[in-house]
Amino acid sequence: MSAVEKGQLITANRLRDGIAVFLTTSGNWSESIDEAVLAVEPEAAAALEQRAREDERKTIVTGSYLVDAERRDGRVRAAHIRERMRALGPTVRTDLGKQAEGKGAFFAAPEGE
Amino acid sequence: MYRYDEFDNQFVRERTRQFRDQADRRLRGDLTEDEFRPLRLMNGLYLQLHAYMLRVAIPYGTLSSRQMRRLALIAERWDKGYGHFTTRQNIQFNWIKLEDTADILDALADVEMHAIQTSGNCIRNVTTDHWAGAAADEIADPRPVGELLRQWSSLHPEFSYLPRKFKIAVTGAPNDRAAVKVHDIGLRLHRNEAGETGWEVIVGGGLGRTPMVGVTVRGFLPQHELIGYLEAIMRVYNLYGRRDNKYKARIKILVHEIGHDKFREEVEAEYASRPHPSTEVEERELKRIAAYFAPPAFESLPRWSPAFEEAKLSHPAFARWAKNNLGPHRVDGYAIVNISLKPEGGIPGDATAEQMRIMADLAERYSFDELRVSHAQNIVLPHVRKGDLFAIWQALEDTGLAAANYGLAGDIIACPGLDYCALATARSIPIAQSIARRFANSAKQDEIGRIKINISGCINACGHHHVGHIGILGLDKKGEEFYQITLGGSSAESASIGTILGPGFAGHEVADAIETILDTYLKHREPGEEFLGTYRRLGAKPFKEALYATA
Amino acid sequence: MQLLRNGAVVSDGWIDVSADGEVPTAGDVVLSASRLLADWPGLSERTGRLGVRLANTDRPEMFQALLPRLSLIVLPFPAFNDGRAYSIARKLREMGYAGELRATGNVLPDQMQFMLQVGFNSFEIGDRFPIEMWSRASRQMSLAYQRGLFRRDAESEIWTERHTDAEAWLEQPHAG
Repeated sequence: MSAVEKGQLITANRLRDGIAVFLTTSGNWSESIDEAVLAVEPEAAAALEQRAREDERKTIVTGSYLVDAERRDGRVRAAHIRERMRALGPTVRTDLGKQAEGKGAFFAAPEGE
Repeated sequence: MYRYDEFDNQFVRERTRQFRDQADRRLRGDLTEDEFRPLRLMNGLYLQLHAYMLRVAIPYGTLSSRQMRRLALIAERWDKGYGHFTTRQNIQFNWIKLEDTADILDALADVEMHAIQTSGNCIRNVTTDHWAGAAADEIADPRPVGELLRQWSSLHPEFSYLPRKFKIAVTGAPNDRAAVKVHDIGLRLHRNEAGETGWEVIVGGGLGRTPMVGVTVRGFLPQHELIGYLEAIMRVYNLYGRRDNKYKARIKILVHEIGHDKFREEVEAEYASRPHPSTEVEERELKRIAAYFAPPAFESLPRWSPAFEEAKLSHPAFARWAKNNLGPHRVDGYAIVNISLKPEGGIPGDATAEQMRIMADLAERYSFDELRVSHAQNIVLPHVRKGDLFAIWQALEDTGLAAANYGLAGDIIACPGLDYCALATARSIPIAQSIARRFANSAKQDEIGRIKINISGCINACGHHHVGHIGILGLDKKGEEFYQITLGGSSAESASIGTILGPGFAGHEVADAIETILDTYLKHREPGEEFLGTYRRLGAKPFKEALYATA
Repeated sequence: MQLLRNGAVVSDGWIDVSADGEVPTAGDVVLSASRLLADWPGLSERTGRLGVRLANTDRPEMFQALLPRLSLIVLPFPAFNDGRAYSIARKLREMGYAGELRATGNVLPDQMQFMLQVGFNSFEIGDRFPIEMWSRASRQMSLAYQRGLFRRDAESEIWTERHTDAEAWLEQPHAG
């Protein structure tokens, strides 16, 4: 039985191409939600926000915000369907977007597990 | 079709250059997102759920083959090989990069197109009847006025920061296919007893959170007064429309809150107080534009085409398509072809680059080089000889475009919904697909007959659910999708807003619910009565009983 | 706050008494609309020039009689996307107002050309953007479809150009 870790991740859109991205432990922005760093404590979430604001100033990303999510078995699932859709790509075009590129977490599927 | 002259060309080129500069400033960090957002929106560039989305204007829904091919090129070169035709006769590309956008706008300018004012709180793309210039019931082609209004509204310095977006629709026919009563301003052409034409000016219709049918503020406005009168309406709205709450900022709320009479009084006072110059230039400009819309060189043909009749007899699938997908043309021997972009299991309004090219080829060969986009997200070949219909149908069959469901249960209007849209609260497309699959049986679809099923993925109502005979609205209930059903809406000349039937449904229950509603209609209808007629005659009761009694 | 007029930063000689301050007996003063209307008879005796600071809920019609005596009207943009002042400005110009028309508030370079076109001719600008950006951004479109706009050199109206031999609409002075 694996532990479930609940917390918040930070997401944004990459400025140049608009692709939805997630801040990782290494401080980079990944297209895969599974690589997102999860802040469990409020202080950690505030630190993520500050880091994202810096990257907005550096014109790397735009429109960052925190998202409630959980990690289980190394997979990340956002709490709200809208965020799961962002992490997954369009459900009606599985042949393109994050799903086709192997970056869309199956765990994100709107129907649940 | 209208062609740009040197002024139109220069205008669009300057505008593209301006956007290139703005995008560069944003990428360099000289503009913040808050400063840049309104600038990119004024050029149709949204930031959606997965990427940027570019909405390209198709003024009054008219395209040439060359323009359609350019849309195909954009889909291939800068997107993922497809585009989405919208309920406002525009096209959206879903996977656009900010750094490519100015190049795309240049590519559009090459074929006399742009993305100006496809978003923002300004006057949006002017829409019209997708059968304009071809329809048998038409008083006059509304597109010259559409073009006049496109020019007048483009970068209008006074009306670019309105309280909210502003949509104008124009129809030249008594049968309203342009939904003019549910636009901020609807213009409907009338002919009086003396044989003169004039505009009925309808204001304050709209969908969204507070759906309303517009009210007539002028019954018969002479053409030469149109621009001046519209300026007066726009000024009253710009000055007195609400800005404290974006959900109450559309002109319909102003008209409703101060009352029709007071609103009309304000507009008339404003109109009377404005300097009244000669309208000679406007009249000459309209005449200049109208020359571009002269009817094509139709052949003199018999009404009856033996080749067409024989093909129908020998090919039942063609006969069914011809029965459902053709519209009556005003010239004998011609038909209007409605290409359904609603193949079973497909995404309403989506077309691949290859399909766009095929449609462009067909238009070039068979329809005087013209295509139209309808607000129901279909494509129209407006002027086709009946003798060519079979060849067209065969070509459409080969590329998955021959769905014979125009105006039927499978011809569903659906916004992109939560699969693409950042504002959506629920998905629309999978719901449309599940309903289309349910009615895939052509005999049942034909038996049900004309029906408009419209789906929106949020309260903003881009899928026009309020005016669907059956409307479906996707909402968010504690982070999960659920769907509300309305009945009895219509965007036609006897426009009405649908009424919510009862408690909502989960996504997988919607197709069952729609089937129950349509079975109830089949049970109660009188001979020849369409769904809307039955609903209006009986009210919601039998439908409610059928849907909720068993629960 | 810098004042941009005719493309150059200039000093502002106006004394703002739009709040409750004492109106000096001499000098150019800007008043609130309510004070202007209330104190009008006395004010009209003064030697200095008069200006008014309007709210964008004020109706321009109220000031029709005073327009010939006013030398400055200040219109606010509480937010760049609050476009009421565009209509008020254009209406004041249509009513014959010929003095200085000043934009204040959230005024941005990319909106400045629209402001010039409806008749504004001075702008209170912050230091967020360099002056070059203001002048460049305000000259990106040389053409407009609408008629009766204020135009600077090298700017023209498409419909008027297309039909040059037609009767003129309303000749607008160049805003400079």
